[in-house]
Amino acid sequence: MRITAMSEEKERYIDIITRGIWKENPVAYQILGICSALAVTVKMSTALVMGIALTVVTAFSSLLISSMRKMIPSNIRIIAELAIIASLVIVTDQVLKAFFYDISKQLSIFVGLIITNCIVLGRAETYAMANKPLDSFFDGIGNGLGYSLVLIIVAFFRELLGSGKFLGFTVIPQFVFDAGYQNMGLMVLAPGAFFIIGLLVWLKNSLPGISKEER
Amino acid sequence: MGDLFSLFINSVFIGNILLAYFLGMCSFIAVSKNVETATGLGFAVIFVLTVTSPVNWFIYHGLLAPGALAWAGFPDLDLSFLKFITFIAVIAAIVQAVEMIIDKYSPLLYTTLGVFLPLIAVNCAILGTALFMVERNYTLMESIVFGAGSGTGWMLAIVSMAAIRNKIKYSDVPKGLQGFGITMIIAGLMAMTFMMFSGITL
Repeated sequence: MRITAMSEEKERYIDIITRGIWKENPVAYQILGICSALAVTVKMSTALVMGIALTVVTAFSSLLISSMRKMIPSNIRIIAELAIIASLVIVTDQVLKAFFYDISKQLSIFVGLIITNCIVLGRAETYAMANKPLDSFFDGIGNGLGYSLVLIIVAFFRELLGSGKFLGFTVIPQFVFDAGYQNMGLMVLAPGAFFIIGLLVWLKNSLPGISKEER
Repeated sequence: MGDLFSLFINSVFIGNILLAYFLGMCSFIAVSKNVETATGLGFAVIFVLTVTSPVNWFIYHGLLAPGALAWAGFPDLDLSFLKFITFIAVIAAIVQAVEMIIDKYSPLLYTTLGVFLPLIAVNCAILGTALFMVERNYTLMESIVFGAGSGTGWMLAIVSMAAIRNKIKYSDVPKGLQGFGITMIIAGLMAMTFMMFSGITL
């Protein structure tokens, strides 16, 4: 009896997480949070770190806000949420500066911009304010991972097509270059990210079983 | 003077905060369906950026920068890690104050601009500009010009996007690409055209 209850519980958490990763993926479906997503996708490594940072911030801000949801007066809730998120971002930024200095330099201002990222505040507003702490925590993880997934896909194509590399290692063999292949400079620049996101949304809308983008 | 002008042109076109640094995307996608609303939001962003940049500059260099508190007897204190939370609080407070002032003295302006002001408080373009200002070590004059230039660039981008989206309504866009997808591709094309200014040196 106990075991079934536990596995049901577990299933529910897994369901909450997968909802964020695929079915209601925040970047493509809710059109939220692409603000800071694209600037860090020139390279895979920065995209990975950014994804992890955002997942951590979303998960813990949802957890904290949800556990305080009965104490926060509703008319100052945005300020309270922003203060919690900003404190978490400061911690993340300091950790990155301490342990991954090079990557934190490359991420430049974009870690700080997690504060204004619509996903974090959006999850806090719509989910954490109305649900139990642990549910909100898993919802935060799911949404953070969904966001990371999009970042990583975009970064994969931009790094591969733009500089012929994957995680910093050259993967396109020399004989291809000898045969006349060239790296696409466009992919390294800003327009490349816009095109890839546009095509990604097209792909996602064409796949069955996913709620369609509204026109 | 020439430097400031060149910085302005640079922040409007080549280093456009929206098309080159992807800041302010959320409202760019959400509010670019109609030219008039886009213009209103554009002016609000220019206004808020021009006001918040110097205020944030004073707060950063007067209180937060390493050694800034030397006058209070703390020459070794470095509070720059507090810049995120300080900037967001300053921006939210200024936006709130501006909203109240406009509401009190100019109801006409409030109806066109006021509705957008709460939206702007969490616009990444505003916080991003403040953080760029710190990262690039701008002086006071430079940060004002940079704020105004970034706002102008953002407005230029959103208004042209709204105009293009008005026309695209009558085009036969493939089904899955309609809406968000085509908007991103247009933004990519716009980013390419804005980049062509990068050859200009003043």
